[in-house]
Amino acid sequence: MAQIAHDDSNAVVIIGSGAGGGTLAHELTRRGIQVVLLEAGARQSMASFSQNPGEAFGQLTWLDPRTTSGNWSVREDYPGLPSWTAKTVGGTTVHWTGATPRISPWEVRSRTTYGAVDGTSLIDWPIEYSELLHYYELAEKRMFVTRRHGLPGLPASNHFKVMYNGAKRIGYKRVHTGHLAVNTSPMDDRGMCIQQGFCVQGCKTGAKWSTLYTEIPRAEATGNLDLRVQCHATRIEHGPDGRANAVIYRDAQGNEHRQKARLVCVACNSVETARLLLLSESAQFPHGLANSTDQVGRHYCRHTAGFIWGLFDKPIHMWRGTTLSGIIEDETKHDPKRGFAGGYHLELAALDLPSLPLAGIPHTVWGRDLGFFMEHYDRMAGMLINGEDMPRSTNRVTLNRDVKDRNGLPVAHIHIDEHSNDTAMRAHAQRQGRAVYEAVGAIKTMVSRQTPATHNMGTARMSKDPRDGVCNAHGRAHDVPNLYISDGSTLSTPGSANPTLTIVALALRQAEHISKELKAQNI
Amino acid sequence: MDNSRREFLAVSGVLTGLLVAGGPLALLAPSRAWSIELRTLSSSEGATLQSMTRTIAPHDRLDNAAYALVVKAIDESLQADQHLADVIQSGLGKLGSNFATSPEEVRVNMLKNIEATEFFQTVRAKTLATLYASPLAYAFFGYEGEAFSKGGYLGRGFNDLKWLPEVPLEDSGPVPN
Ligand SMILES: Cc1cc2nc3c(=O)[nH]c(=O)nc-3n(C[C@H](O)[C@H](O)[C@H](O)COP(=O)(O)OP(=O)(O)OC[C@H]3O[C@@H](n4cnc5c(N)ncnc54)[C@H](O)[C@@H]3O)c2cc1C
Ligand code: SF4
Repeated sequence: MAQIAHDDSNAVVIIGSGAGGGTLAHELTRRGIQVVLLEAGARQSMASFSQNPGEAFGQLTWLDPRTTSGNWSVREDYPGLPSWTAKTVGGTTVHWTGATPRISPWEVRSRTTYGAVDGTSLIDWPIEYSELLHYYELAEKRMFVTRRHGLPGLPASNHFKVMYNGAKRIGYKRVHTGHLAVNTSPMDDRGMCIQQGFCVQGCKTGAKWSTLYTEIPRAEATGNLDLRVQCHATRIEHGPDGRANAVIYRDAQGNEHRQKARLVCVACNSVETARLLLLSESAQFPHGLANSTDQVGRHYCRHTAGFIWGLFDKPIHMWRGTTLSGIIEDETKHDPKRGFAGGYHLELAALDLPSLPLAGIPHTVWGRDLGFFMEHYDRMAGMLINGEDMPRSTNRVTLNRDVKDRNGLPVAHIHIDEHSNDTAMRAHAQRQGRAVYEAVGAIKTMVSRQTPATHNMGTARMSKDPRDGVCNAHGRAHDVPNLYISDGSTLSTPGSANPTLTIVALALRQAEHISKELKAQNI
Repeated sequence: MDNSRREFLAVSGVLTGLLVAGGPLALLAPSRAWSIELRTLSSSEGATLQSMTRTIAPHDRLDNAAYALVVKAIDESLQADQHLADVIQSGLGKLGSNFATSPEEVRVNMLKNIEATEFFQTVRAKTLATLYASPLAYAFFGYEGEAFSKGGYLGRGFNDLKWLPEVPLEDSGPVPN
């Protein structure tokens, strides 16, 4: 592993080691570029992942405070955890469930496709789909995505059989075990999926792709990576020329350091990315770095989400099997006749017993309804809605100066007012999901409200026009030529696909661009 | 409770019970009799709270011991949190000592009236977080939990459902052997 001096102004500094940052670090270091990778969390391993759901949550989750407001139900249900992300080497790719659908061609042109929708800030992406597709293919091969490029799908679990038969009976056509970055056989020096269903707690076979045991050790093997764990970036500094030139961070002991930088890439997962840019305010950038057009933190998206449960009188054992291995794609279309713009996926989703009552049902359910529901745990099937939510400039991440983290810095505040389009879409999805289960004999169905945001997007979005976003199609900040955004914050609109494949694809594209620019001495 | 234990001032109350013979919990436990000491709540407050947790999450065949564990967890959280202790104790006081012996319908109505209070919401959240997380609950609900140590559920029932048609290969994938 490289040891890069604090005053080495030639270093590229990447902040955050998740899907975006971890991938970018590998791609730059393998091209001979020296990278300092700052990660706020600690390092776990396949061996150290806890198999106790509550303990695993504590081991991996970002638990520094965040606050929330707005009309979304998360404000009532999860005021302390409006967004669910990880704080560990590998970021949320340690937590994630591996679903890797692509955004659809019409979704990167949502403003054109949907037209002007009142109360939204839709834009078209500043990138051609054909180009995105090229990087999707690279990302899929790299992550060994099932059902792509000649790889088989995952086998059907009991849980999926219920979804599949129900979906087919109500006429859905595009139903399968999904595109997942999960090994069906040992590949890529990683194990295969043994259908244990502990994907969220950290995959102990490594079957599920995570930068923790792919990109990061490979970057370390190049000798060009200096990974600093439990190092929390608190501020990005710039010189009089307006170029970023250093990152201030706190180590595990709380000591402050200053790492000089030639180039800074921010990959802290939307909420924290926006927070870090806002915290980096200065005389020259009084509203935060890269924020001259007041776009940082705005257009925050988190997907229209929620669980749908079917209770049956026959055994299912939904916890046995890959957590998210199943998808219905038929509603992934723009069909205004349904009463809303954009589309959604229905994805198979199981929860372990302790998490089910906490995350799976509205907090208004108790008494006999709760008892009946829980006593069907072994005869229950579940799915998650994953729908495109509407970007709004007022749905945003700001600094809450009244609440401080352990470093004394203002925490992120998330404000969400759901658009009526989101509400209409959720209602439609809930109806369809219930119908799927009823078609195979559900004795009762139940739905949750919006879950804490596991997908976080849009807070530093790519835009052609600097007035609409924070960075260009390469993730380069409109305001600061050597500042890049390298995570899900850059998604111009959320589409209805789980975001990680897109984040990795864009990181691969950005790495090519950065290394070219560095070689040409343009940055 | 023997006399030497009684001398610990820290013990404020106690909950006791007997596991149902032959139930899943009795099979796990070393003995059928159980007793749980409380550090803040009195025995009568503990009994009211235990009844409240059962009203919130009723499982008729689930032993009182499982609910007593929730009471214990709540009682423990009160030691370092005076505000919470006040909330819980005044809430329990308002429910009154007859709560535990009232019929379920009465208990449900009493709780419905206080659904929006911090007291109810705290107890509800704690009940849900504790009741279903114990090995006792795993056994009761048939949850098999982590399976990595046993090679996962591949070959151990992940696809043994027979009451619906199989998924064609094109929409699933081969089962590894
Ligand atoms: C339970 C769960 C299931 C999911 N399932 C799926 C799925 O099936 N498919 C899918 O596509 N997506 C899924 N996701 C979402 C997916 O994990 C994220 O979209 C993805 O990991 C985001 O990548 P990122 O690079 O933006 O951020 P992350 O992967 O979260 O990485 C950000 C990293 O930055 C670090 N960091 C933050 N701030 C700082 C700072 N100031 N200094 C230093 N380090 C910092 C964090 O600790 C973290 O490690 C899931 C998420 C969760 C929580
Ligand atoms: S089900 Fe498969 S992907 Fe998920 S944790 Fe187990 S082995 Fe890993």
